[in-house]
Amino acid sequence: MMESQLVMQQEDFDRVLAIIQKLVRDANAKGIFVVDKAGQLIAEAGELQGIDSTSLASLTAGCVAATGGLAKIVGEEEFPIHFHQGQRDNLHMTLVGDRMILVVVFDERSSLGLVRLRVKKAGNELAKLFEEVKKKTESAMQGQESPFAEITDDDIDNLFSD
Amino acid sequence: MSFINYSSREINCKIVYYGPGLCGKTTNLQHIYLKTNPDVKGKMISLATETERTLFFDFLPLALGEIRGFKTRFHLYTVPGQVFYDASRKLILKGVDGVVFVADSQIERMEANLESLDNLKVNLKEQGYDLDKIPYVIQYNKRDLPNAAPLEEMQKLCNPMGAVEFEACATTGEGVFETLKAVAKGVLADLKKMGS
Repeated sequence: MMESQLVMQQEDFDRVLAIIQKLVRDANAKGIFVVDKAGQLIAEAGELQGIDSTSLASLTAGCVAATGGLAKIVGEEEFPIHFHQGQRDNLHMTLVGDRMILVVVFDERSSLGLVRLRVKKAGNELAKLFEEVKKKTESAMQGQESPFAEITDDDIDNLFSD
Repeated sequence: MSFINYSSREINCKIVYYGPGLCGKTTNLQHIYLKTNPDVKGKMISLATETERTLFFDFLPLALGEIRGFKTRFHLYTVPGQVFYDASRKLILKGVDGVVFVADSQIERMEANLESLDNLKVNLKEQGYDLDKIPYVIQYNKRDLPNAAPLEEMQKLCNPMGAVEFEACATTGEGVFETLKAVAKGVLADLKKMGS
């Protein structure tokens, strides 16, 4: 089915951030990203200097989508956990709810076991939170005027004026 | 669909360039990448084969500026055009906000255009979208080639719904930004309607 629009208010964003900042500490991770399945970066935390988070988000979504396709071919609904092991850094991706992906980047200061353990709890919290955000978005969109209702054609043209 | 972040005051939208193999989808993105200011664009990613055919997708993030206090970010994607990559095309359409169909003007590619257009409709429908209802622009590419079909014929075959259309030559850049601007405009105009 078509996905609904995602509208994230400041208070919800702060709650997402608090969960992933705690996860960085609990899992001894280098960095954590929350990405939606369409490739949008939702939130990030940790020591992420030098990481191109926009590209990471898009490629994560592509990777998860392709693996999901593979799952269906072999008769699985999804492969909810993906792990990529590198020489220094590793990537752990988990599906959260029906439209989010939690990505943990970690090195030798942590371990796969610890990451899996901590991700399980944080993933459940995030899934619950995003379910609330989805419901909030849906009820806010019903009958209410769009926050962008005031956009004029001139506003849009101005974006391309250079 | 689009992602609106009130915390960072950003609107994120996804635009997909669709069309038959070798019609010029990647060339469109490459031209946009080359001609935009470095502070406006992110890194362009191409997941391509050794012969530079798109294997999975190309990706180009663009930050176009502010609108009513919100930063507008457009994520441009292309799909692999070759018929047998259909599974990948379906994945890339996930969460799409606007579609550009790049048609190849060469007369011998007309059947490939129509096949790809049908494929687009089917794949959108599978995800609950309707081509008549989402922001959609058609680009007649390669108008400079001597074997280009007459425009009227292309319009009749590829654009019976009368969608916004542009003639283009993606290798020189003609029509490329006009196409992007039109689809971005359509996506932003759709945001206006949200909730109403």
